[in-house]
Amino acid sequence: MAEHLKQAQIWLERLRTAAAKLDKPAVFMEVCGTHTMSAFRCGLHSLTPDNVKLLSGPGCPVCVTAQSDIDQMIALTQERDAIICTYGDMLRVPGKHGSLEKARSQGANVQVIYSTLDAVKLAAKTPDRQVVLAAVGFETTAPATAAAVKQAKALGLTNFSAMTSHKLVIPAMLGLLAGASGGASGGGGAKIDGFLCPGHVSVIIGSDAYQPILDQYNMPCVISGFEDWQMTRGLARLTEQIGKEKACLVNDYPQVVTPAGNTHAWALLTEVFETATVRWRGMGEIPDSGLILQDAYADYCAMRKFNLTPMPDRELGQCLCGQVITGNVTPAECELFGTACTPINPIGPCMVSAEGTCQAWFKYKRPPGTTPGTTPGTTPLTHDKVEVSA
Amino acid sequence: MMNTQTKTDSLNLGRIVLAHGGGGQLTDELIQNLILPRLGNSTLDPLDDAAILNGNLAMTIDSYVVEPWKFPGGDIGRLAVCGTVNDLAVSGAKPLGIALSLILTEGFGRVDLQTVLDSIQTAAGEAGIDIVTGDTKVVSGEGLYITTAGVGLIDPNRKLGVTNVKPGDKILINGPIGEHGLTVMLAREMPEVQSVLKTDAAPLNHLIEKLMAAVPGVCFMRDATRSGLAGVATDLAKDSGLHVVLDEAGIPVDSAVQHAADMLGLDPLEVANEGKVVVVVRPDAADAALAQMREHPLGQQASIVGEVTGQADGICELATLIGGRRIVQKPYGEQLPRIC
Repeated sequence: MAEHLKQAQIWLERLRTAAAKLDKPAVFMEVCGTHTMSAFRCGLHSLTPDNVKLLSGPGCPVCVTAQSDIDQMIALTQERDAIICTYGDMLRVPGKHGSLEKARSQGANVQVIYSTLDAVKLAAKTPDRQVVLAAVGFETTAPATAAAVKQAKALGLTNFSAMTSHKLVIPAMLGLLAGASGGASGGGGAKIDGFLCPGHVSVIIGSDAYQPILDQYNMPCVISGFEDWQMTRGLARLTEQIGKEKACLVNDYPQVVTPAGNTHAWALLTEVFETATVRWRGMGEIPDSGLILQDAYADYCAMRKFNLTPMPDRELGQCLCGQVITGNVTPAECELFGTACTPINPIGPCMVSAEGTCQAWFKYKRPPGTTPGTTPGTTPLTHDKVEVSA
Repeated sequence: MMNTQTKTDSLNLGRIVLAHGGGGQLTDELIQNLILPRLGNSTLDPLDDAAILNGNLAMTIDSYVVEPWKFPGGDIGRLAVCGTVNDLAVSGAKPLGIALSLILTEGFGRVDLQTVLDSIQTAAGEAGIDIVTGDTKVVSGEGLYITTAGVGLIDPNRKLGVTNVKPGDKILINGPIGEHGLTVMLAREMPEVQSVLKTDAAPLNHLIEKLMAAVPGVCFMRDATRSGLAGVATDLAKDSGLHVVLDEAGIPVDSAVQHAADMLGLDPLEVANEGKVVVVVRPDAADAALAQMREHPLGQQASIVGEVTGQADGICELATLIGGRRIVQKPYGEQLPRIC
């Protein structure tokens, strides 16, 4: 048997042993889209004991982006001569007036990029067009945006700008725990007993960054990799902490996660960005939870370049994405899930993103042809019957 | 202010999006809602890889629009021949001839065209078939597009098809998955990345003919092109109405493919192949089929990847390496990389 399978069996056994000692069910939360998908892909949920639950939190970059920011990015396609460069996940997210994909099918120039530097190269190659990088994401993707902006400045490009909606993980985790962020649809997060912390983000922010979560909430945190056995180990280590007086931070990804994180990436971030209060889907405004371009880079801010005023935020009618990403409801509890809202006809971002909780449920958990969330004998909602308030 | 978002505002809008051509659920939707209602007939409706005419003649057609037109291990010419030969072969047909339509763009290099034509001839030679008729057009644009149609002869006494599939049948594949799709994705999106990956595009007709001749228990075949093994397995479950369980431990995936898939946020199960056939055989014929496939150079890493079970639910599941279970669904369409 391969070594990792042996490890998986060992940690599954430890998880089951620890779970057998629990007085009440334990609920943990992962806050990373890659964890969400990895758990579903390896069937982790089907293996965990009944009294241990792993919820998906605000870890999918597209899903946590406020609707106003998404509307704004899509509206940019209407700017004359603009080329919008986006990561693939943003392409199909519905906004007030369709999606980037729809805009592209109507003739807008929307290009899917894999590296932010491709957008800079494109700007250098097409001086008569305005290239706008639509960038969402956490600490993992923000350095790439910073590098692109810095390079554009170094090249003296005047036709490159970024529409950013970068977010920071720790303030969101604290916001969830505080339950005081007061967003329109979600407010606080679900009651949880520990965090399975994201390996990739931790590489950048470092393991010390989680200390406030332990200090303020005595909440167990385990930094985990993404392999099936690593996630199993993470859950076992979290479950073993339940009932202990003092919560611990465990760095189970020490090969790549250091206490201080990636100082080079941080230097890049602090050179280009500053922290700001930003809007999150389902959680409202959270202080110091986002990154915005510093004044020194104002020329590369698409909002300023195109003289745009921030759009009003809004909720997507019956869509419960805001509640899903805070762990308050499961996708199956949303009336639209699998009926009006499917990967082909998505209503909320959690169904669009390849890292979204709703898409993971739809793809890996929901047998095709079934419509969970509907009462037998009633007619399921269809897409055209859904009202989306503007 | 309330604003009603209607169905026409979403993807059922009056326009085609790229994902409609991805071979996933969205392609299915287009075929079911737009094409079949207008063009459907008893030969077309089953939507098999090839149409069966007169009981013994198989006919198929495919267009190739791959970009870049050249990638490690092959090019659009090789693809155009292999794809059409394989569509005939998995229908149980012996290919007779291929028709070739070239749509070239103004400015395309003559030397590049020679390269494509040479690889068409090389692939046709491997398959033992000739290009027997053709057409050439030139339009403005970039690159080139190729359409190939093929006809083949079927043994009318040999029944192949999803209606023959029964509970207990085993599912086999002739080698590692995901190579073609990831090779093209890397060549297109990350040309600076050095990789050992190359396309698996190959004509499978010889392997399939030998298998058919040696193993009478073969009851269904399909080449795992767009939507990959996941696409074939989910179609098999849906069309047979039975339950399909894929066994992750049995699915061959090369480490280079796994790494590239991880980097792009893709699941190799859903990635296109151009030289892989999924074969469903009776349980007592599985070992013989496996041995027969492994004798052929294109089947040395053949493997049993799953089975059909008796539950009549039309669902495909994956039994994961660590012993978990999860649903397998046909991909939606355009494969999107992750952003975190």
